[in-house]
Amino acid sequence: MHMADALISPAVGGMMWVAATGLIAWCSKKVRAACDDRLIPLMGVLGAFVFAAQMINFAIPATGSSGHIGGGLLLTALLGPHAAFLVIASVLTVQAFFFADGGLLALGCNIVNLGFFPAFVAYPLLYLPITKSAKNGARLWIASVAAAVVGLQMGSFAVVLQTLASGVSDLPFGSFALLMQPIHFAIGVVEGLATAAVVAFMVRARPEALVTDSLRKPLRPVLTGLLLASVLIGSVGSWFTSSQLDGLEWAIQKTSGNEEMETPETGTHCRLEKVQEKTAFLPDYGFKDADSEEANAWPAVEIGTSVSGLVGGLSTLAIAALIGFSLKARRRNE
Amino acid sequence: MKTMRYLEVGQMDDLGRLDTPLHRLDARIKMVTVAVFIIAVMSFPRYEVSGLMPLFVFPFALIGVGKIPLGCIYKKVLPALPFALFVGLFNPLIDRDPMLTLGPLALSGGWLSFASILLRFTLTVSAALTLVACTGIHRLCAGLEQLGVPSLFAVQILFLYRYLFVIGDESIRMFRSVQIRSTGSKKLSLRVYCALIGHLLIRSIDRAQRIYRAMVSRGFDGQIRLLHRTQPGWRDAIFLLGWIAFFISVRHRNPARIVGCWLTGEGL
Repeated sequence: MHMADALISPAVGGMMWVAATGLIAWCSKKVRAACDDRLIPLMGVLGAFVFAAQMINFAIPATGSSGHIGGGLLLTALLGPHAAFLVIASVLTVQAFFFADGGLLALGCNIVNLGFFPAFVAYPLLYLPITKSAKNGARLWIASVAAAVVGLQMGSFAVVLQTLASGVSDLPFGSFALLMQPIHFAIGVVEGLATAAVVAFMVRARPEALVTDSLRKPLRPVLTGLLLASVLIGSVGSWFTSSQLDGLEWAIQKTSGNEEMETPETGTHCRLEKVQEKTAFLPDYGFKDADSEEANAWPAVEIGTSVSGLVGGLSTLAIAALIGFSLKARRRNE
Repeated sequence: MKTMRYLEVGQMDDLGRLDTPLHRLDARIKMVTVAVFIIAVMSFPRYEVSGLMPLFVFPFALIGVGKIPLGCIYKKVLPALPFALFVGLFNPLIDRDPMLTLGPLALSGGWLSFASILLRFTLTVSAALTLVACTGIHRLCAGLEQLGVPSLFAVQILFLYRYLFVIGDESIRMFRSVQIRSTGSKKLSLRVYCALIGHLLIRSIDRAQRIYRAMVSRGFDGQIRLLHRTQPGWRDAIFLLGWIAFFISVRHRNPARIVGCWLTGEGL
């Protein structure tokens, strides 16, 4: 479920970065205020543990696909939402840097998708009410599976929305959602079972290591609602900032036979378009230039003359490689 | 497989400890430059292929100056490819309008945008990996802190990274002892496996706590300390501004197109 940079537009990526950094700052403040000395090494080691667990891919029966657990709910159950969010964010950051798993621009999206939903939505609204004070038995298992499934469903749906809003991939919304949701339902069930197993084990083997006991105050629902709303507005808002709605356009093409809906020549629609043309910094992801008429014509590459683009592209790639090698050779000679 | 990947992470750390002009630059400057690079890559229009090529100068130059083995970077790019491949693969199926003709061959827009996605992926991922290989986790975290990231979060990243090795060591030790004690039977039953994982978790937590206590008793106060705290100097300024100027010029004028026109004798 880690998104790659190649599928994200700067507008969507930037928006989610803002949301993620805001949440990280807020959680850091909360954890610092909790001032629990056990928390710091526990956060580090559980992060490393989840990191290692994410490397283990399990096959999903009958789909030919595989998945790995996100670990968000497990961390939240053991550490409480604020510390858990920080741990997930750090896991994703290290993965982006060291394993090229999820991109840097997409890091904000990944942190929100895999961290926010399990820690601040599924945990307070599902896991806590179902488990109550029970630390073992059926309640724990039901709560874990339910919360993991719901958290992952929201996360994977957010992936679909962000990909759609970015408009880099041609995947139509419907079929992408139909691919993502059932797969993540299966992963969610496995993740829930794994979470319950680890929590039950920890309760038996090392009850004093469970930090959530001291932090077991449900988050204020109002706050959760506000955060949820801001993330939703963020994703929907960035949808509109991105100028290509591929899934939508695709759907429009299917239904009307045209690539773009014909816009009326006059009226508010036209006026709004004019305003947008003036204000758009990156119209259709190209910088605003003098011949914006041409840039707005949808397939921006001209047939025929683009052969020179191909030749030039390959030769500059060769030049770039040459520069790298010569720099390396020069350094070796020194 | 796990141990292999684990050893490779250590390799990135060794590279981060090298001493080249690139390694001596301020970590913050390098991070900002890579961020600008990624934004520049992603700001190209969706069908752009040739315009992205000149940007390969950036990762290649860093790999060259930083004495980073190319294979070490690209071995890490490949395992991450499937997701981009999976989502990008639908472009050629859906977008079938021909956009580029190469003699008798007509390429559809979908293939162009698919190629563009793969190029973007390679560019951004190799830039990020190069950043780590030429900076090292310690300086990277200190740089994050200096950039205004909450110190708790910067320390968390550092701890996560360090404890990865703790867990790796513990697991190697545990599985070695299992192998010694269970001669003949090759496959572990699920029950044994689960118990092992559980105890691995407990043992790692205990060890992490001991390490943390030892750190605190030696004066650790939640701040990352470096032997040499770098201050951005004129070299850093030239690095940052030079690359930004390069990105902007490549973004506005397509050098690949110009070279191509020159080679094929076609008008611009």
